[in-house]
Amino acid sequence: MPSESASPTLSWNLARDLGEVLEYHFMVNALLAGSVVAVMAGLVGWLMVLRRQAFAGHTLSMMAFPGASGASLVGIPAAWGYFAFCGAGALAIGRLSGRGRGTSPEQGARIGAVQATALALGFLFVSLYGGVLGDLESLLFGNILAISDGQLLLLAAVAFAVLATLGALARPLLFASVDPDVAGARGVPVRLLSGGFLLLLAVAVAATSQITGPLLVFALLVAPPATAQLITVRPAVSLLLSVLLGLMIVWLGMGIAYFSVYPAGFFISAIAFAVYLLVRIAVGLRGRSASARGAADARPAEARA
Amino acid sequence: MAGMRAPGNAAVAQSIELERASVRLGAREIWGDVSMRMDRGEFVALLGGNGSGKSTLLKVVLGAIPLASGRVSVLGNPAGAANRAIGYLPQRRSFDESTRLRGSDIVRLGLDGDRWGFPPPVAWGRSAARQQAARARVAEVIEMVGAGAYAGRPIGQLSGGEQQRLLIAQALVRRPELLLLDEPLDSLDLPTQASVAALVQDVCRDAGVGVLLVAHDVNPLLPYIDRVVYLAGGHAVEGTVEQVITSETLTDLHGVPVEVLKASDGRLVVVGQPEAPAHHHDRHAHAAGDHTHAHAI
Repeated sequence: MPSESASPTLSWNLARDLGEVLEYHFMVNALLAGSVVAVMAGLVGWLMVLRRQAFAGHTLSMMAFPGASGASLVGIPAAWGYFAFCGAGALAIGRLSGRGRGTSPEQGARIGAVQATALALGFLFVSLYGGVLGDLESLLFGNILAISDGQLLLLAAVAFAVLATLGALARPLLFASVDPDVAGARGVPVRLLSGGFLLLLAVAVAATSQITGPLLVFALLVAPPATAQLITVRPAVSLLLSVLLGLMIVWLGMGIAYFSVYPAGFFISAIAFAVYLLVRIAVGLRGRSASARGAADARPAEARA
Repeated sequence: MAGMRAPGNAAVAQSIELERASVRLGAREIWGDVSMRMDRGEFVALLGGNGSGKSTLLKVVLGAIPLASGRVSVLGNPAGAANRAIGYLPQRRSFDESTRLRGSDIVRLGLDGDRWGFPPPVAWGRSAARQQAARARVAEVIEMVGAGAYAGRPIGQLSGGEQQRLLIAQALVRRPELLLLDEPLDSLDLPTQASVAALVQDVCRDAGVGVLLVAHDVNPLLPYIDRVVYLAGGHAVEGTVEQVITSETLTDLHGVPVEVLKASDGRLVVVGQPEAPAHHHDRHAHAAGDHTHAHAI
């Protein structure tokens, strides 16, 4: 990145720094793409965390590796490979994991098997391709600073479709996620929603992979929602917070990356993790002081019960 | 939608009517030739050992399992047609400690969780009035089950009894005409069992809701229920506790000699009741390795 701009330096004038960042078309595209990803990942990831499907999400993000290498092998755009493999991965996980949420050890083992197969396929494609694959680094870590206008448009269209679908399914999906038995008795198509959500997750992951790379999708898909859910139990507030945290992490990460020699993906992931850690510690401290306060008046309540 | 009456046929006096009904799962007959009638507003306990088909009966009433023969009518409709008028609480449901939703959110999902879309974040006019009515209804049922003090806390951090009260509120939130509760007293301590049973009776009396409650042990329910249905040996007997829980009736039903003893405090103890095959993890059973044993039902 420093090679593309004449070694940017951080001044103490924030407005001037921001102006300098926004002068570059690639930076504007990067920020827009990052924002779209943050919003989509914040909302889809919120449900993923609530449904405890983080491992499924991780496996889907790994699908980008065989997706991209397979696409190079047959000579089609990498994006097509991402979508094809993520979609296939979602169907495989959906069929194998069956009813309920991704919590049982057996389900974990099945999803793990899907992941291992996908990675193995990726290596097979790389070796079949012979030679060196494009640039492996951008395959794994994305290339957020080289987003074309076309890619940005595709990303925005995908995000719109994903969020519109998610909005339409929102309430029954939430019901089926936390309370599948009663939701089923009320006529909510629990299995169909479970498969549908995996597909949505796959599309979101595939679109995000191109920006942050499959290894870092996870930072945006898991950390902001997990942090938001730690902070509040009110669903609407928690969703909003998840999106805002995602946006903040992306902007901050890219802003720092612009003035440094290290990649944006690192800063985005590091900030996401740091925020999660700080909130976790803060919530833990507050919980401990609250339980210390509550211990005195909790005892009579126990005696009453 | 909030507060809308669900479609039961109000002209019919029975909430549940089974006539010579039988159920097969695969090659196995779960029970056969079962007839029972439950009137509107009645509080009936559905008793029987493990594997006797109690939960199956609830699923038949919900229309989720078809009858192999016989007839079932629920609120004057075929089973499954009036599910909007039924509040169902499945067996052994508890929320993971880390579930980050409030108790009131779980109740709210019972009200409109099956509707597509999501409630508008900002609402005005009729939409705002609907949101207001929905929130008021949720608050009302939470108050009714006495869960007001903890409904705003994460559901996973509540005790079993507190969760059970909120789940009953969830089942009640749509003003059902019939409540199907599958072992709601399971895994609760004795005082909590009594208070939940009393709550269910209040709901039954005050809201005129018929309640069919599945239980292992009739004793915590004795002061509250109107009648019992007892499933055993693939058949059922219904009637009052005095009619059904007797040595003669249960001996007939089980096909082996069974003796009912009454303790001085009114508790009933059944001796010699055989366990259903292949289910030997009954929580009340102590005489391991024995084929028959004393059993408080």
